[in-house]
Amino acid sequence: MTYLTKSPWILHYDGSSCNGCDIEVLASLTPVYDIERFGIINTGDPKQADILLITGSVNAQSISVVKQLYDQMPGPKVVIAVGICACTGGVFRHCYNVLGGVDKAIPVDVYVPGCAARPEAIIDGVVKGLAILAEKEKAEKEGKGKAATAAPPAAEAKP
Amino acid sequence: MNWYSLIGVALFLLLAPAIGCLLSGIDRKITARMQRRVGPPVLQPYYDVRKLIEKDQLAVNKVVDYYVLCSFLFTIFAGCIFFAGGDLLIVVFTSTLADVFLVLAAYSCNSPYAQVGAQREIYQLMAYEPMLLLTMIGFYLAKGSYQMWDILTGSGVALWPMLGLFFGFLFILTIKFRKSPFDLSTSEHAHQDIVKGLTTEFSGKTLAVFEVSHWFETVLLLGVVFLFFANGTLWSYILGLIFAFLSFFLEIIIDNSFARMKWQVVLKSSWAVAAVLGLINIALLLWVL
Repeated sequence: MTYLTKSPWILHYDGSSCNGCDIEVLASLTPVYDIERFGIINTGDPKQADILLITGSVNAQSISVVKQLYDQMPGPKVVIAVGICACTGGVFRHCYNVLGGVDKAIPVDVYVPGCAARPEAIIDGVVKGLAILAEKEKAEKEGKGKAATAAPPAAEAKP
Repeated sequence: MNWYSLIGVALFLLLAPAIGCLLSGIDRKITARMQRRVGPPVLQPYYDVRKLIEKDQLAVNKVVDYYVLCSFLFTIFAGCIFFAGGDLLIVVFTSTLADVFLVLAAYSCNSPYAQVGAQREIYQLMAYEPMLLLTMIGFYLAKGSYQMWDILTGSGVALWPMLGLFFGFLFILTIKFRKSPFDLSTSEHAHQDIVKGLTTEFSGKTLAVFEVSHWFETVLLLGVVFLFFANGTLWSYILGLIFAFLSFFLEIIIDNSFARMKWQVVLKSSWAVAAVLGLINIALLLWVL
């Protein structure tokens, strides 16, 4: 039983989207969808966030920011790419400055397609992300347990 | 030290986190209902803190955890003195010290957001401190003692001679609870102009300690509201409890109906309240009543 899934705090970052998906992310906070009923808070602080929710493709300007935000988040953490631009680059994929989807910069756990992604789809994506968050927490605990009992720490490839 | 002070301390240490946590959960639920949302479960603050304990620790330097822990311990210490029936002035000074440690913790981080948050916390400290001190002086003048136990059991309700001080205290309660319009230093929820202000660099267990110390502080402050009504009879205690909860509800309404104000407004208005309501009330207590 992990409490991570009961209080996931979201950090929302706009890579370079047209704002369509951002509006839908904010719409899921409104009384109609009210994601706070799952304990979800839209926080602005990467150091207190559990889920990194990125809209829009990654471009030459924003890739360093995306990487830094990801690094500043304490584990276990999950990355959710919202909207088709964040998944693959979308219609902007051939632009001179666009590098592609978010997975060009950081590992992505959940892809939420759509242009713009519907609030229902975003909430569904976040709930799928919660299951992955729980798995990561479990893996981390087991990893720690093994490291404590195994005599010489084996060289492990970083995920 | 008497047996009742030991019981007071034990009850505070055991019940304050639970009551503070529930109040915080009720706060979020009522806030959600006021915004026509369903809102999180009442135990959500508990889940939050448990989650924060599970998270990996990211410390920006070696002293942040120490300062936050000091703040936590001094908050508890202030609460223990209060519920042991001790000296109200020491309660004020100790809880101020706890707040100063928070400011130190934020100043020790390099983040500009934490620095701005720390500065705003100092402004808030300057804003509420005079009124808090005047309230305690008022208790002395009205009931003849700084000892919480004497005020609790002494005859006469402190509310009537201290009516101005009571409203002044309610005013600074908004600052102490970190509620809008005076939530300058931590930027709660949707207000993110300085990210999370004072708490920007707190993560994982450090933030959990900060949250729990806020639960203790909430109970301590509502205890002071309770003290306004106590006159040694059971009815006054029940009335005190009801009004302590009502004042908390009032803070939630204020939180949801006001936009954030600038620090200048906070400082000026709370000093004006302290000067008008506080000093006039003290003068009346000294020379008239």
